[in-house]
Parts: sequence; C-alpha cells; structure tokens
Amino acid sequence: MTEFLQQLINGLAFGSILALIALGYTMVYGILRFINFAHGDIFMLGAFAGFYLAPKIAVVIPLPSIAGAIAVLFLAMLICAALGVVIERLAYRPLRKRPKLTVLITAIGVSLFLEYAGQFCFGAAPKRFPDILPGLPITKIGGLSLNSNQLIVLAVTLILLLALRFIVMKTRIGTAMRAVSFNPEAAALMGVNTDIIISFTFALGSALAAAAGILWAVNYPSIDPLMGILPGLKAFVAAVLGGIGNLPGAALGGLIIGVVETFVKGTRWSTCADAIAFAVLILILLVKPSGLLGKKEIEKV
Amino acid sequence: MFAAALATAGFLSGCNQSSSSASAESDRVKIGEFASLTGSEATFGQSSHHGTQLAVDELNASGGLLGKKVQLLTEDDQSQAGQSATVVRKLISSDGVVAVLGEVASSRSLEAAPICQQNKIPMISPASTNPKVTETGDYIFRVCFIDPFQGTVMANFAHKTLKLQNVAVLKDVKSDYSLGLAKFFKEGVLAYGGKIIAEENYSGGDKDFNAQLTAIKAANPDGIFVPGYYTEVGLIALQAKQLGITVPIFGGDGWESSSLVPIGGAALEGDYFSTHFSTQDTAPAVQNFVKSYRAKFNETPDAMAALGYDSAMMLADAVKKTGSTEGAKIRDALAAEKDFAGVTGNITMDANRNASKPAVILEIKNGAFQYVETVAP
Repeated sequence: MTEFLQQLINGLAFGSILALIALGYTMVYGILRFINFAHGDIFMLGAFAGFYLAPKIAVVIPLPSIAGAIAVLFLAMLICAALGVVIERLAYRPLRKRPKLTVLITAIGVSLFLEYAGQFCFGAAPKRFPDILPGLPITKIGGLSLNSNQLIVLAVTLILLLALRFIVMKTRIGTAMRAVSFNPEAAALMGVNTDIIISFTFALGSALAAAAGILWAVNYPSIDPLMGILPGLKAFVAAVLGGIGNLPGAALGGLIIGVVETFVKGTRWSTCADAIAFAVLILILLVKPSGLLGKKEIEKV
Repeated sequence: MFAAALATAGFLSGCNQSSSSASAESDRVKIGEFASLTGSEATFGQSSHHGTQLAVDELNASGGLLGKKVQLLTEDDQSQAGQSATVVRKLISSDGVVAVLGEVASSRSLEAAPICQQNKIPMISPASTNPKVTETGDYIFRVCFIDPFQGTVMANFAHKTLKLQNVAVLKDVKSDYSLGLAKFFKEGVLAYGGKIIAEENYSGGDKDFNAQLTAIKAANPDGIFVPGYYTEVGLIALQAKQLGITVPIFGGDGWESSSLVPIGGAALEGDYFSTHFSTQDTAPAVQNFVKSYRAKFNETPDAMAALGYDSAMMLADAVKKTGSTEGAKIRDALAAEKDFAGVTGNITMDANRNASKPAVILEIKNGAFQYVETVAP
C-alpha cells in the first residue's frame, strides 16, 4: 500500500510536468490546427534560461530561497514567452496561408535548429541545474517519503492551471482566443486581431513550457540541449490522449501518461514503460477517436 | 612486400630531414580515432580524446614513429548509435588510417569493430569493457579489463568489504556495458551466497527513476548496484536519497567523470565504483602522466584519459616493434604485447585480445574520488 501511494505521488509529479507542456501543444493546435513540434525545445530553453539566470538573480535575492525561485521561474517564463512569439513571427506566420504540412515540417526544422543551436551555445555535456529551492527535510508519513520538490511541482502546476483557466475563460483576450479557435475568419470579421491573439497564444504556451522546464530541472537537476525531445513527445501524446485542442484534456492526459508510466516502471516490465503508455493511448483512441475530453468534429461536406 | 614496406620506411626516415618534397601523405603515420566528443557521453569522449592527443604529441616530440610524424584524425560520433559506423568507414576508406582507436562505450565499439575487421585495420578500444567487442575478430583489441572481471570485482567487494547479503540491481537496458556488468555481478553475488532481491531497469537518457527506486526500496536491500553511466547515476543517487534510501550505491567505471559529483552532489557520499586508474597512484609513470596532462589541458586526468593515452602508446609500441604500418603486422605485434607498462597498470594481451590488468576501487568522499583498494586479475 505504501509503495502504491509512493508510486502515485511519483507519477503525479512526473505527469504534472507533462501536463504543463501538453497545454502548450493543445493551445496552439486549438487555434492554428497544427502541432508545434518545437514546443519541447522551448521547454529545454526554459530550463537553460533558469540555469543562466540563477547566478544573476542570486546577486539580488540570495538563492536557494522561495522568493529567488519565483523570480527565476517568472523571468524564465518571460524569456520563453518572448522566444515563442519570435519563433511564431519568423517561422510560422509567413507560412500561415500555406498547406498545413509545410508548417509542420517547418516546426520540425525549428525543433532541430533549437536542439543543435543549443548544443553549440550551451555545450552538449549535461549541466547541473543550481539549487534554487531550499531543500526542505524529507517528510515521512508512515513509510511514505514526501519530497518537497515533488509537492512544489504539484502545487505550481495547479496554480498555473487555474491561472490559465482564468485567462482563457474570464478575460477579454481569452474570449478572443476562444473565438479565433472556433472560427478565425468570423473572429477577424468581428474585429478580433488574429495576429495578436496567435502571438499571445504562443507566448502563453511557451511560458508554461518554460515553467515545466524549471520544475523539471528542480526535480531532475541534469539539463542538456536534447532534454526536451522525449518529454515533448510524451506531452504531445498526452495532449492527443486528452483530446487535442482541449485544455483540461491536456492536463488530464499528462497526468494519466505520467501515472501509468510510473506504475509500469515500478514493476518488472519497466523496459516496456513507454510501450505500455503508448498502448494506453491507442486503446483510448480506438474507443474515443477524439481523445478523452475531445469534441467530436463534424466534417462539413 | 614486407621488404618493400621496410625499405620505404627506411628511405623516408632517412630523407625526412632533407627532403621536404615528399608528399604530405607518405611522411605521416595516420591514426584514426572516433570518440563521443558531443552528446550524452561527451565527457568520456573528451577525456579519452585528450589522453590520445597527449600520447600522439609526446610521440611526435620524441621523433614520431618509424621516422614519420604521427597524425591523429579524430571523428565525433555524437554519442549516437549509427554514427560510429559512418565515421569509422570514412576514416578507413577516405583517410586511409593505419589503425583505429576508440570507443569508450561498448555499443559504439561494437558498431565499428566489424568494419575494422573487414578492412583488416587493427582497432584498439580504450575503455569498452563488454566481452563481445573483441570477439568480433582478431583485429580488435582493448587496453581495459572486461565486464566479467569488473562485475566479479564488484561482487567480491560487495561480499568482502561491504558485507552485503541482499543486493538490488538497477541497470540500463539500452547499454551492452550495463547489461554485461549486471550479469557478471549477479553471478558473483549468487556464487558467494548473497541474494539479488530486486532487479529494475531503466533506459539511458531517462531522468526519472523514482518508480524503480520506490520498488527497490520496498524490497529493502543492503546495497544497490548501478552499473550505469554518470549522467543517470548522479540523478539516481539524488532521487534515492530523496526517497529516503540510505544504503550504499556502487557501480563500475561508467561512473567516473568530472560531471558525476556536480550532478549527484552530497547524495553520492559513501558510494563506490571500480575503475582502471587512480591519480593517487604513486608510480612515477602515473605521476608523470598526471603532470603533463594537467600542464596541457589544465584538468586532472580520469580513467578514460589514461586509457586513451595507453591505447595510443600501445599502438605506437606495436608499430615500433614490427617496424611497419601494415595492418596484419601491427595486429601480430599487438597480440604479442606482454607486460606493456601503461599508466593504467601493466597490460598483457590474452588469447582473446583482452587486456589482463588490475582494477582499482574508489569511494566518493567529500566530493572527491578516494582510492580504496587495488584488485589484481
């Protein structure tokens, strides 16, 4: 039972990071109907932004501290938001009227560019992410080890999810995002500036990826320029699993993938963890082709 | 043919000073090297490359080989499967090297070995410890010990020094090296009457090991054997401590890297690994090597650097002995190497072209690698 609960906590902590990345995929898909494959690399850049920011911030706010960690997180999110906007402006916007496949291939190109430019700029060897959070003593509740970092990951993910929900559902710009997602032409006719909305979507998604990058690096403090590939792929799967284009779906998908994978890894079939996680995806898609929370799309003829 | 080769060599060595018109091609002995200069095992490749480079520089400073300068051609395989085959093919077919040095990782040496064997170009792996590497054929050598030895050494160490009864194993299923070490370690533990109470797997490149470690913790072992590479080992130690696992963790030479302690930090204190070489060895050859390595690269050499150095020096020794750069002749000379005084100990080639030599065990203490004991073959 203890082992079960421990694995559940491990899985939720891992899954919530995937959930944060998955949100970025799903938001961009919801608005532009294309998969931004460079998203996993924004996640990596978020971790590296934190890596290079931490020593600078330590001059003003001593690290490790809660205030310092929030400052690192916030600035890394800001940097990646700007990067997301720039990437969209330079690489995707010129192709917006082109076939979807062109943009998709460009996204893969951007992804490879970021990975190998990262290897060039940061070096290929893994780097130790600095301790930005005070290492609280490990809390033990009847054999359960609650690691403060895992709890912080869960808490930050929850806060960011609520913030995102507020932005999308309650603000003017969120309403505009939903309008563009529903029908870009009609939204434009109603006076919504679609360019700004799309830029904003990229900024929001990239900021979440940066947050995921920092949380990941706090938990697994070894970062390298190729670290975004696998989490990016899994988050993409999570987004599809939850119903791509659907925000709560992406979060749910992330948690499911994280928990399933962790439970499988804890057994003797650990080698097939990824295979089983993807088998779950196939099963769910066979039963619900649009994903767990995805809406059925009616093809208009 | 032999006479011709000798005559050419003699002619060139005689004319080396006066004639500069000899083509750049023939007044050099070309040695190929493939290493993981970038990618996940970059520090291994960088270290072995530095060691090899130092050896070549020293050779050239003392007059080169057979009167010619030695030219080291280095290719980066990016720590990726598939790349080493490509770069070794290039070294042999388009650069025309006389021998190939590399790699640290067994899986990549296994990729290159058949190509060298096919072309009858001798290959010396500095640090691939998986037995299969030299089984490829009679042109493939190594200057390090092999997994059965290293796995057995760690099993004996677990038995005699750590006195472990119930041991857990956490291995990397993507790496031949890790699987080999785990196999022979398990056999060793069972042989002395210990028990393997948990065996978990991960894939190289993973960052999250909480699931496997939680399962291991539930089995309550006295010690955990992790025959992996430093990138994962640091994170494994860190996550083990966070889960409240306090038993010692120990592994093989894949741990040895200057990146290990920065990643694992205090979580690694009191953990052990077996390796090829310790800078705390007081033998003059070792101390000289450490001194010139520090002078050249401004860092302390690790085992990979020492093995890279030995691989190049042993090749040079074989070329000198046979007086030829012909593949078959170098091969015969390499196979006959006996008590070659390397910086990683005295190396003798056994019938399977594996190096028979001692291993050392190091402990991680105050963030540094501390010498514990030497185990003879």
